[in-house]
Amino acid sequence: MSENTGKKERFHRREVQRAMVKNARKAKIIDKIVSIFAIACVILAVIPLTSILIEVIKNGIAAFNWDFFTGRPSAIGRAGGGIGPAIQGTLIVVGLATMIGAPIGILTGIYLSEFAGNGPFPNGVRFFNEVMTGLPSVVMGIVGYILIVLTLGSFSVWAGAFSLSLIMIPIVSRVTEETIKIIPNSIREAGHALGIPKWKITLFITFKSAISGVLTGVVLSIARIAGETAPLIMTILGTSLFFTGFNSPVDALPLRIWRLSSQPYESAQTQAWGAALFLIMLVLVLSVALRLLAQRRGFAVKAEI
Amino acid sequence: MPAKEISKPISEATGPTGESSPLKEISVSTVETTKRIDEPPRRSKVSIKGINAWFGSKQALKNISLEIEENAATAFMGPSGCGKTTLIRCLNRMHEMTPGAKAKGQVILDGIDIYDKSIDPVIIKRRIGMVFQKPNPFPTMSIFDNVAAGLKLNGVKDKKLIKEIVEESLEGAGLWEEVKNELDKPGMGLSGGQQQRLCIARALAMQPEVLLMDEPTSALDPIASSKIEELVHQLKKHLTIIIVTHNMQQAARVADHAAFMYLGEMIEFGKTLQIFQYPKQELTEKFVSGKFG
Repeated sequence: MSENTGKKERFHRREVQRAMVKNARKAKIIDKIVSIFAIACVILAVIPLTSILIEVIKNGIAAFNWDFFTGRPSAIGRAGGGIGPAIQGTLIVVGLATMIGAPIGILTGIYLSEFAGNGPFPNGVRFFNEVMTGLPSVVMGIVGYILIVLTLGSFSVWAGAFSLSLIMIPIVSRVTEETIKIIPNSIREAGHALGIPKWKITLFITFKSAISGVLTGVVLSIARIAGETAPLIMTILGTSLFFTGFNSPVDALPLRIWRLSSQPYESAQTQAWGAALFLIMLVLVLSVALRLLAQRRGFAVKAEI
Repeated sequence: MPAKEISKPISEATGPTGESSPLKEISVSTVETTKRIDEPPRRSKVSIKGINAWFGSKQALKNISLEIEENAATAFMGPSGCGKTTLIRCLNRMHEMTPGAKAKGQVILDGIDIYDKSIDPVIIKRRIGMVFQKPNPFPTMSIFDNVAAGLKLNGVKDKKLIKEIVEESLEGAGLWEEVKNELDKPGMGLSGGQQQRLCIARALAMQPEVLLMDEPTSALDPIASSKIEELVHQLKKHLTIIIVTHNMQQAARVADHAAFMYLGEMIEFGKTLQIFQYPKQELTEKFVSGKFG
């Protein structure tokens, strides 16, 4: 009996091993195919990205000079001039939009992950967040136009910042909610066990642990709104003057790129490329700087928790 | 500390070789200790009266009552899922923070029922410290800040006082010598055993009267575990300690009193020595002799 089972076991072992050897050979080939396919897809995705970047650098670098960054646009058809007002305007409008949008988005995210639970109201908020993320940005422009431009009676920095912050809020709140949710519950429990009030745990322990992820979300959304054109046409309009006040029109890089590139003159075209290159650099520098800041402060969450 | 002297032979005696010399040692020492077994309990720090706890509709604790002695270590033991962790989490009102969980009954700490409606559960947790199964230092904080967090976030502003308490707590947790030169390094950079002692220091900094330890060594290697056990012996001199463990040797080594739980019920509670040597219930006898669990 026992010898029989032994025989049977030996037979099973042989069969299983044979099947596994056969399977291993097949698995190896499939493994190769899948990884080649994945690499091919990566290359396919990177080609347009790098070619855009190369094209922008090649065409735009020629426009770079001191006057280009500080000067006002010259009259149409004339060479020279710069994008100073556009750079200034973008910094002001995007900065203001971030000051409005980031806190609201972050607090919404904190509410959704730490306080709301799964009731109909928070789920409704989550649903509208998603819808708003997918909304075309021109809709935000219309909202800004109707609510602020028509009310105040003029195109203004406020209207632009308002429209851009509407784009920003759902992105930031989504990322904040997701990042804070990842923080393990044991960390919150440790805080509760010390008798720390919940709002302090949330702010000084949970949120602080998630802050690098939240910052990434803020940077992403800044990058997104810095490149928006449609909502700005309806809110800040664009001008060739430097900033004159929050209630008057202002210029922005995407608007300037659009205006310059629609002119038939070569000098304007080159300046459009230059402005595009500068916008890309601006976003890049900003995201690298914020990330470095997050690391320097030791905010990064370690993987092992 | 009679339990400490005797606990070693007991843990060896629970093995299959019943006639080894340690057992003889026990039989000699039991003559002196039988009296102590029947000694009336000293002042009770926490009395648990008829605690019932649920997760959703599933009852996890069934009418549990026992007295926890002051400045002593009490162990809750039992097989996985017996409710020992739920019970310890009921003692600082941590249990009810789990969604869907609730608890009913009385837990009296120095004459005050912590389940009374007028009691703020947040305040209760400041008097009762807790150490968890897995070390959970605050990830973004330095070693110093981890220990100081409870004080700072509860409104203690005196920097000198905080510094003194941090040093005292780290010393109390047996970690000071190892970290005194790197207090500003992140707490997550320590080894697992050090992290757990950091968590103990963090709990000690709040100057608790009771320290709850929920399987504090289950994620640690034997050397780190023995350091924690050593610590329990030190701490119980002026702190009431309640420790959950599924490791009976550990219970025998560190605890003065032990409670054996099974399927949400308290099967037996008494002096550790009595539980291990003269268990009254058959189930307890089976558990402490390693026949199940």
